[in-house]
Amino acid sequence: MSADLLTAAVTLAQLMLVVAMGLYIFRMVRGPRAQDRVIALDAFYVCGMLLLVTLGMRTSSTLYFEASVIIALLGFASTVAMAKFLMRGEVVE
Amino acid sequence: MNGAASIPLPVAALIGVCLVAGAFLALMGAIGLVRLQSFYERVHAPTLGSSLGMMLILTSSVLYFSTIRGELVLHEILIAVFLTLTTPISLMLIVRAALARDRREGVPGVPPLEPEDAG
Repeated sequence: MSADLLTAAVTLAQLMLVVAMGLYIFRMVRGPRAQDRVIALDAFYVCGMLLLVTLGMRTSSTLYFEASVIIALLGFASTVAMAKFLMRGEVVE
Repeated sequence: MNGAASIPLPVAALIGVCLVAGAFLALMGAIGLVRLQSFYERVHAPTLGSSLGMMLILTSSVLYFSTIRGELVLHEILIAVFLTLTTPISLMLIVRAALARDRREGVPGVPPLEPEDAG
């Protein structure tokens, strides 16, 4: 009973997160300007990280947790680098 | 979901509600990012998913792993703390960059440089 409930909840949550990621991809492709794309990419990696957390719950393994920590770390670094690029036109001065 | 059958029903319901609510908030943030009109409005929408949505999903993950292992599993706190620290920083950097770009290109409706920022 509770296993069915949890499977349904995880499936529903994953479906919503995938739809959210699709909407972020739409905004990334559509633009209209570079900062919109960077915002969409920033939200996109957070969503992907949450999807990995739910995948870890589905498989009951902590392997996906480590992947999501790495996504969080690298995503922040990439967003900072892109914000720097938008500001100055170059990443390393 | 191996091990999930041993979870008591009220705990499973709590985990499910937290999970679905968090994913729903993330979806609302994505819809907001697509539907809102200007860039400065759009910046606010995805933070729904990356603040409260993230907290709810990580809470349900903590509850789930703590229940099936029978001990307190708190490693999701690491992600929560890290994202709570970094989301405002990255958004502030992006909006400042966008503001600088808009000023450089003379987009109408952007406030001028304040005197203390001018240096």
